[in-house]
Amino acid sequence: MLLEARNISKSFPGVKALDDVSLTFYPGQVNVILGENGAGKSTLLKILTGVYPQYEGDIRLDGEVVRFSSIREAQDAGIAIIHQELNLIPHLTISENLFLGRELHNALGLLDEAEMNRQTQAILGKLQLDISPQTRVRRLKVGEQQLVEIAKALLTNAAIILMDEPTSALSDAEINNLHRIIRELKQAGKTIVYISHKMEELFRIADQYTVLRDGVTAGNGAMEHTTEQALIRMMVGRDVQIEAKTLATSGEDAVLKVSDLQLRHPYVKKRLVLQDISFVLKKGEILGIFGLMGAGRTEMLETLFGLHPGRSDYQLEIEGRSFQFKSPQAAIRQGLAFVTEDRKSEGLVLGMDIVSNISLPTLNRTSILQGAREKNLARSYVDQLAIKTPSEHQLCRNLSGGNQQKVVLAKWLSTQPKILFMDEPTRGIDIKAKHELYELIKTLAGEGLSILLVSSEIPEILTLSDRILVMAEGRLTASFSAAEANEDQLLKAALPA
Amino acid sequence: MNLTFNHQLLRKSQSLIALFLLCLLIALLSDKFLTTANLWNVLRQISVNVCIAVGMTLVVLMAGIDLSVGSVLAFSGAVCAGLIKFGFAFESLDLFVGFTVLGGILGAMLVGLLLGLFNGWVITKFVVPPFVATLAMLTIARGLTMLYTKGIPISNLGPGLEFIGSGWFLGIPVPVWISLIVVLVFVFISRKTAFGRYIYAIGGNEKAAFLSGINIKRIKIAVYGLAGMLAAIGGVLVTARLNSAQPNAGMSYELDAIAAVVIGGTSLSGGVGTVTGTVIGAAIIGVLNNGLVLLNVSPFWQQVAKGVVILLAVIVDKMNRKEE
Repeated sequence: MLLEARNISKSFPGVKALDDVSLTFYPGQVNVILGENGAGKSTLLKILTGVYPQYEGDIRLDGEVVRFSSIREAQDAGIAIIHQELNLIPHLTISENLFLGRELHNALGLLDEAEMNRQTQAILGKLQLDISPQTRVRRLKVGEQQLVEIAKALLTNAAIILMDEPTSALSDAEINNLHRIIRELKQAGKTIVYISHKMEELFRIADQYTVLRDGVTAGNGAMEHTTEQALIRMMVGRDVQIEAKTLATSGEDAVLKVSDLQLRHPYVKKRLVLQDISFVLKKGEILGIFGLMGAGRTEMLETLFGLHPGRSDYQLEIEGRSFQFKSPQAAIRQGLAFVTEDRKSEGLVLGMDIVSNISLPTLNRTSILQGAREKNLARSYVDQLAIKTPSEHQLCRNLSGGNQQKVVLAKWLSTQPKILFMDEPTRGIDIKAKHELYELIKTLAGEGLSILLVSSEIPEILTLSDRILVMAEGRLTASFSAAEANEDQLLKAALPA
Repeated sequence: MNLTFNHQLLRKSQSLIALFLLCLLIALLSDKFLTTANLWNVLRQISVNVCIAVGMTLVVLMAGIDLSVGSVLAFSGAVCAGLIKFGFAFESLDLFVGFTVLGGILGAMLVGLLLGLFNGWVITKFVVPPFVATLAMLTIARGLTMLYTKGIPISNLGPGLEFIGSGWFLGIPVPVWISLIVVLVFVFISRKTAFGRYIYAIGGNEKAAFLSGINIKRIKIAVYGLAGMLAAIGGVLVTARLNSAQPNAGMSYELDAIAAVVIGGTSLSGGVGTVTGTVIGAAIIGVLNNGLVLLNVSPFWQQVAKGVVILLAVIVDKMNRKEE
């Protein structure tokens, strides 16, 4: 079936997740959607599968306009989705999972287990999965569970199968098997919609691509007419104007020195998430760290901030003194501050007001609150950072993304840090707020604050950084000065070897 | 702007309005309700639940729960009685320590504090869900009570303790004074200290609080400790009122405390709620019980009525939140 999305827009409070996006998914082809986190992929999937019934624009199936008001309706129309985090019930058998909600009954009105097992067996056979239908799902490997999800889609005779990063947890052999099945589904005329970040696999199986960025289509076409570099360029974007960088007064003295940092994997023995990382951050410098998703950028900041004390090794010097942080408290005390990637789940207490959020790290924990002082502190930051709000007692939940981010920034500035970590500081923020934040970041560096800026947006990195480090697969792969760095070099260094 | 402000004010005071309407209704149906003697009676009756529920509020604000308060109340009440009546003997050292009434009370509070701190330690150190950890303590503390009392009430504790339970001071019953002081202290702690702010922050977003450098574990342990200590104060009040420590005192008191917290508008998922709301919640339960007794309603119906009120409170609260 031909699936089309025409002029789809969807807004959430404070952010436009999709803005007039049009895509076409062809039957008998693997249609891939690419984009960084927050680009709008998951919102689009949720609209296509009936999770979000409210949106602007049209969804068409074979040219006919449809509007799903529930997941069930989308399923009945032949759209199946295989989520990244699998939706199987571990304690039930394969057969019970497959027929969940559409159980077969015999003449007595009781469950017809024999028939359900028989049908399950038939589908598993088609997928070359040699397991009994009565195996409990929790006994299966992730790859096998994935196939059970596909079996579920086949059972409902879905004409359109959406797969959200299906290979992210699979071994090479499992991936090959999945690709084989996808090719068969293709030949059977199914429409496959595929989301993945693994370029190499996309070039193996995808036919059509669409790149989303910041809620708009950044490009689309046939896979055979594009290259890896071109796709990444569309993902990380170039529409933000690169302004001439005002050279900050970066001195020569190292504020932060990191040597031989390594981080072990939390579950897999002997696997390193980060290794051989050494660098220096100077006073008043903005050190950009570029890398693609999964390169280990966030983990590096977390490690330095004392979040992984049990499984990391490193030497860390701040202004010549050595430290090992076992908690964020210890890191904050030595002048570190961390604007985290996800402001809603990690940066703010959304149900508290601006005042309480800003003063959170600086309250004297044994003391009585000084309401007036807290309020003045908040007010000065509301003015200084131009936070748009009717009052400093507004709940953070009611602020737009850009203003929430400014509150997070204010919270950390109030600790008067020497070193500021910023992880994707402008993700999911509109262009205007982005530029305001850029100005702020530059001003702060100009005042002597040393900044470690992690970003997967090339223009952002190029606009702000004095120096740029590139990470790939848990290692530093390149270092550039602002003057010599360019897009192509950064991309080349960021691609896994 | 003005309209939304009024709307918010209305929502904040809706449990107070409910209490007022309930009082009005009962006063219309029974002329015994609005007498001074009866009103003091109501306040004295709710004083135990107020003490426990204030501690429970702090726990629930952190998205936790404490099921052990009823048993902790019983054990610390028994310890209070035992210390006053028998003192404390170190047999191996041939040492005997006698306790005054105040000494017995402080001893009980210490026991409650320690049991609560143990709860907090188990919850934070071994990452045990609060429901399970405090359920275990519910059984442990009840067992300790039985061991300590050998299953027999400890009675005749003297006039000093009796004064705490039944006496009057400046025209107000002593238990009411005690619960009033507890409320004032904890309203202050929750609203005006960094400790109180941290409780709200942890309940609102534990990860963000942790990343802001707050020692989450320490705050949690302290809060469970305080909840235990407040249960002990409740235990002292119950013991003093009866002039006797009953081994099965405080059975299912944790449920009344949770009910008061929920009716008072505190969200079980943490971060939202107030101590004063809980006091109003406890008052609603108290007035309802009292009114139904005055109206000669069967105690079985009282239980049904209490359940209905809890449901109503939560449903209204949910509807309000949806509006946001």
